[in-house]
Amino acid sequence: MKAKQTKHLIFIGLIGYCFILAGCGIKPWVRPYDRLNLAEPVMLVDRHPVSTSYEHHVYQAREGSRGAEGGSGGGCGCN
Amino acid sequence: MLTECKLRYISVVFLYLLIYLAPYAHATILPEDRADLMYHSFNGGGVTISGPSLLVRKKATKNLSVAAKYYVDKVSSASVDVIARASKYTEERKEKMLGIDYLNEKSILSMSYTQSDENDFHAKTVNVGITQDFFGDMTTLSMSYAYGWDDFGMLDSEEKFDAKRQHYRLGVSQILSKNLLAQANIEIITDEGDLNNPYRKVRYIDPFADCECGYSYEDEIYPRTRTSRAYAISAKYFLPYNASISEYYRYFNDTWGIESHTLDISYAHAFKENWIFDIRLRYYTQNKADFYRDIFNHAGEFDIRARDKELSTFQDKTIGIGVNYTIPVSKVSWLDKGGINLYLDHIKFEYDDFRNVNTINSVAGAEPLYSFSANVIRFFVTIWY
Repeated sequence: MKAKQTKHLIFIGLIGYCFILAGCGIKPWVRPYDRLNLAEPVMLVDRHPVSTSYEHHVYQAREGSRGAEGGSGGGCGCN
Repeated sequence: MLTECKLRYISVVFLYLLIYLAPYAHATILPEDRADLMYHSFNGGGVTISGPSLLVRKKATKNLSVAAKYYVDKVSSASVDVIARASKYTEERKEKMLGIDYLNEKSILSMSYTQSDENDFHAKTVNVGITQDFFGDMTTLSMSYAYGWDDFGMLDSEEKFDAKRQHYRLGVSQILSKNLLAQANIEIITDEGDLNNPYRKVRYIDPFADCECGYSYEDEIYPRTRTSRAYAISAKYFLPYNASISEYYRYFNDTWGIESHTLDISYAHAFKENWIFDIRLRYYTQNKADFYRDIFNHAGEFDIRARDKELSTFQDKTIGIGVNYTIPVSKVSWLDKGGINLYLDHIKFEYDDFRNVNTINSVAGAEPLYSFSANVIRFFVTIWY
């Protein structure tokens, strides 16, 4: 029961986080001209999609787990 | 298991979130035009899988990007399971994907269709998703839904099997400072149908077995449904000498009783203008499914039973290195740049309750625990245009 509540809290928390950012008047604190480092190739979330996709396939076929591998989106306006 | 009602609730939340967030979104950009031709290889545990993969992406218009992928697995298997009950086999799997990304002012809508074919297995998947940057482009929200259906059988049998899968994904990527990016992802997957591999068997103690081994085999029987949940957080930090360090952690559980933890730490280092070097460590641990046993006490001991090593208790550790070289291209007008990339991974799998039945003179159920190592190669050439 406790584990179930924790899962719901995580889910609601993630969504709530977006609502707070979007709706509560918090201003973006990292300006576009401060994002040079984030646009460097070493900071790309998924630098080589063809390679990442294969890597996920290797583990999915041999492990009992799956999902939430991430990799999409950038967040720095340079994805 | 997630009920129909809960899944409907998740779908409604997805939709509501999109409608609410749309006014706060800012312009985003389509993925870059590029083509990757890769040779991949997995070699370990008596299994060799290799082949080519081609991924091409091109903007058809200013708002529409089209992607196509062709992937081949050439399998030669003499794994511990295969050797125990059959002889080495070879087969080929071909996967084709066609996808589009449509930029509509404030969001990217994505759709793709993937088809995978083997001589005894056919899988199709449709994926739809949306990605939005908002909050001054500091936050990226992504959501997607995928529906997949598998049709399969056995080469020496007329019997047919099928299964259906649904994926619900939600992800948030957040800029926390000018040097730090963080992500959180949730994925829920539901499966329904014939979920076990029809070739796989379980073994049980049998004093009257045909061999002197002391055990016989019978069919595996899996539950007909499975729901899994995966929660992941990750962060990437820029280091002042043009390098980055990344960490990824995932917690997973499912209705079969499997619980796992994944930890991945990587370091990327840019060198001069054109080189990037990568090093990576990954650790994975899971406990067994409720219905897994290495050996059962007698035939038909349980109605649900499995002996797949993927469902056992085990750990695996990976160490990987990579090197990327970018080639500036100035003489070809339509080409921006090229790249040559090589990644090598070494993975060690160690099982806590899966035994190697191919050992001689062992008592049934007291054979040595199984372990194996694998080497994974990815070599690919990329062009950006």
